[in-house]
Amino acid sequence: MTRLYINGIDVDLAEGTTLLEAAAHLGFEIPALCFHPGLSPYGACRLCVVELGDGRLVSACTYPVHEGLRVRTHSPRVQRARRMLIELLLSVCPSSKRIQDLAAEHQVERVRFSVRDERCILCGLCVRMCAEQMMAHAIGFVNRGYRRRITTPFDRPSEACRRCGGCLYICPVCELRCQGPEAPGVVCGSCATPAPTCPPIYEDLACYMGAAGACGTCVREPRPPARHMPDLTRRREGV
Amino acid sequence: MKVRTLEQLGTLAEHLRTARDHKPCVRVCGGTGCRARGSEEVLARFQALLQEEGLAETVELKFTGCHGLCERGPLVSLAPQEIFYQSVEADDVRAIVTETLRRGVVIERLLAQDPATGRRVRREQELPFYRRQYRVVLRFNGVIDPTDIREYLALGGYRALGTVLTRMAPDEVIELIERSGLRGRGGAGFPTGKKWRLARAAPGAHKYVICNGDEGDPGAFMDRSVLEGNPHSVIEGMAIGAYAIGATHGIIYVREEYPLAIRTLEIALAQAREYGFLGEEIFGSAFSFDIEIVRGAGAFVAGEETALIAAVEGKVSEPRQRPPYPVHRGVWGHPTVINNVETWANVPIIIERGPEWFANLGTATSKGTKIFSLVGKVANTGLVEIPMGMTLRELIEEIGGGAPPPREIKAVQIGGPSGGCVPKALFDLPIDYESLTEAGAMMGSGGLIVMDDRTCMVDVARYFMDFLRDESCGKCLPCREGTHRMYELLTAICEGRATEADLELLEELAQVVKETSLCGLGQTAPNPVLTTIRYFRHEYEAHIRERRCPAGVCKALIRYVINPERCTGCLACLSPCPQGAIRGQLKQPHVIDQDRCIKCGICQEVCQFGAVEVV
Amino acid sequence: MQEVEAIIERYGAERRHVIAILQDIQAQFHYLPQEALREVAVRVGIPLIDLYSIATFYNCFSLVPRGEHVIRVCLGTACHLKGGTRLVEALERELGVPEGTMTSDGQFTFETVRCVGACALAPLVIIDGRYHPKMTQRKLTQVLARLRRIRPVAEVIR
Repeated sequence: MTRLYINGIDVDLAEGTTLLEAAAHLGFEIPALCFHPGLSPYGACRLCVVELGDGRLVSACTYPVHEGLRVRTHSPRVQRARRMLIELLLSVCPSSKRIQDLAAEHQVERVRFSVRDERCILCGLCVRMCAEQMMAHAIGFVNRGYRRRITTPFDRPSEACRRCGGCLYICPVCELRCQGPEAPGVVCGSCATPAPTCPPIYEDLACYMGAAGACGTCVREPRPPARHMPDLTRRREGV
Repeated sequence: MKVRTLEQLGTLAEHLRTARDHKPCVRVCGGTGCRARGSEEVLARFQALLQEEGLAETVELKFTGCHGLCERGPLVSLAPQEIFYQSVEADDVRAIVTETLRRGVVIERLLAQDPATGRRVRREQELPFYRRQYRVVLRFNGVIDPTDIREYLALGGYRALGTVLTRMAPDEVIELIERSGLRGRGGAGFPTGKKWRLARAAPGAHKYVICNGDEGDPGAFMDRSVLEGNPHSVIEGMAIGAYAIGATHGIIYVREEYPLAIRTLEIALAQAREYGFLGEEIFGSAFSFDIEIVRGAGAFVAGEETALIAAVEGKVSEPRQRPPYPVHRGVWGHPTVINNVETWANVPIIIERGPEWFANLGTATSKGTKIFSLVGKVANTGLVEIPMGMTLRELIEEIGGGAPPPREIKAVQIGGPSGGCVPKALFDLPIDYESLTEAGAMMGSGGLIVMDDRTCMVDVARYFMDFLRDESCGKCLPCREGTHRMYELLTAICEGRATEADLELLEELAQVVKETSLCGLGQTAPNPVLTTIRYFRHEYEAHIRERRCPAGVCKALIRYVINPERCTGCLACLSPCPQGAIRGQLKQPHVIDQDRCIKCGICQEVCQFGAVEVV
Repeated sequence: MQEVEAIIERYGAERRHVIAILQDIQAQFHYLPQEALREVAVRVGIPLIDLYSIATFYNCFSLVPRGEHVIRVCLGTACHLKGGTRLVEALERELGVPEGTMTSDGQFTFETVRCVGACALAPLVIIDGRYHPKMTQRKLTQVLARLRRIRPVAEVIR
């Protein structure tokens, strides 16, 4: 067991526990977009950063506890960082309800960057879902840096894809569209939460990533070219 | 023939020394820089002419590694006369053979000139560029043929390894390196002895040593020179390190953009195996060790240690958060020591001359020497090795020769895209890890880019941000999106479209990228931006408030005009202009049509009278 | 594909060799053909998407064939300060294609590279593996003209 101090509270935890688990254990909620308990941690969205005693900010989902560690989960630097990260997220994915919720929770009221509506934050959950849970390895990251996106090999319909829909299920941003009063706006400020209309008829549609929104239920405005997936509906039609 | 004992090595070295010592020698520099200027032809011409003149048996001809003064290549030096010739062309070789070799006559026009006195100097040590250096790691560059291990042996090579394996315990080796104060030369400056100690203590049967030869910093080529010019120093260093930590495998990771370094290493490794310095039971001890080369595939981020490990494992170079550190869990989960090329190259000589000798060089916290690639707007560009603690001023003005007038040096960028700009006012800073970090820059791997009054600091920040957003692996949000957004903001500033609020946003974003990025690339990416804003805020403000680029660089804010007082009306600039934007008659001042001008600068390139000006 | 098989044999069909295998395939074919990637995936036993990720992540790989002449402009810091960007713009004008692509006649592929370590010779352009130090826009025009005059043998015979 190792002893550490979270927000001043001392706690003894087993080795190998991550800071995210440790904080949850004590009831401190830390936002995390690219994390899912059933998948390996990735540490990509950086929303879960916490401040260590030496001043470094590290992602809680990947940082293992060790003896004597001092952690602050909501220090001013952490809050400032999270707000800027959310602002960046909004600038690439303004129509996601999940991100709108985060913005509301963290008092992010403006986006000072030019907006690109990309519908993907490259959190990699879909890639890890496909690889680790479904063992299909049908999709993955392509390119590097700001040109990075998620797709199938050669952008072609994948033979490995079993249309399980796991990628859509796990996606934190494409699952739920903002249904609020000012949905087309960049920051709508209010988070009305009517139940999403897609799930009841989801099984009939077998919508998998590329066709997200094709039924028209979950999006209202015309779709700009999605960053992530090719249109796999073509394959369904036998093309 | 395998060398099994120190005595055998000593005898062999002695034999090689006497066999070579009495012969006069011609050394042609075969580094990438000199080859680009035709040193291969120079070598070929020497081969042919020495044969023709019947001198092939009596004069030794060598193709050496990078000798450093790349600005003046191809370089040829003659021993034992100690004559240093520069800018040698293939057609000059005949004269060198018939005049200098045969008759001992020095060819004045091929000699280097001391910039201070204008005098032609005969010996390389008389040139300020070389005189003020302290060449330890580079001491054999330009002297030995890197593809012949016997030359390294003749000068004492592999004696350090033999001593370590036959007379020292691994812990003693680590203690010795700790006492020397050697710090990682790749950029971060982590104490090497400490790293080795951690790896030694880490549990695990299989351990690795890796040489980081990625050298991704644009503008840096120190590691290239060491690998091309003296590969055995690295091999020997790695073998010593492997023994110290208990590793049996070594990997040298070299960027694929260095084909010559890779070839030279392959030859060196084969020869080291031949002589028994790699392989089983080295020097008759229980220690077995070998090294393989892994080629980089073109990614700056691969220089980051966890990303490098991923590349070696056959994956994309995505870093991961540490802990766990590579010394505990590295390549394939095994304890791994990753050190830079220059770090490894320092190890044999520290063993040979002792840690106290090394610790006497440099400053209190930064021991030894450091190789820098001094490039940019300075008279003498090339590779220099200096003791830590020398001031920037001395390096740039005395070794580098300052800027050719009328230009004035404004700043120097240290540490590449992870480093920062240091303004002229701080040039009396000593070059050591702590001083540079305090100034906001970073020692980095040794790239030193000199900038003058015609360099726009905002453009420099934008250049680095363009580089970084392209090289970012794309895994984490702040680096991937943040570098891109910083680039967008800097572009807006360069194009005169930005507001004060944009500058504030840039600083705010830079801070978050620095604090939240997953790896060193993102964490240091904001440095060029933050240091240029810190020291050159007035340039940013000129771009924003006055839509003016003080250095005359940012295309959107400058115009090319022909000064009618200097224009002779020679018509030379008319046809090269890709837009046909220049009008004029013979002997009449020409005029550039601003509506058609795309500011390519060809007219300025072509004009022999300096009549084209940037306003 | 025979050549691909030979390359795999050279290193061994293990994951840790895939980058070297792909580099040799790139050197042999001047790009990475799809069939080659599929074959490597099967032989080494790793998902095709992993290879595709690697092929698109690293600079040295190209998924489309390269032109007969490969022109690489170095955009390292020293080269940038000494006018490397102007050379890139000049090439875009002369060849009519953006950086990173091939001309429609297949003659030239023009790309940028980030530092080959010859910084004292800035600005540097590498054409078909040959280093051209201290390049200027004028010299570049001349070199291109010379290259254009060398027609591929196949065309001449036809």
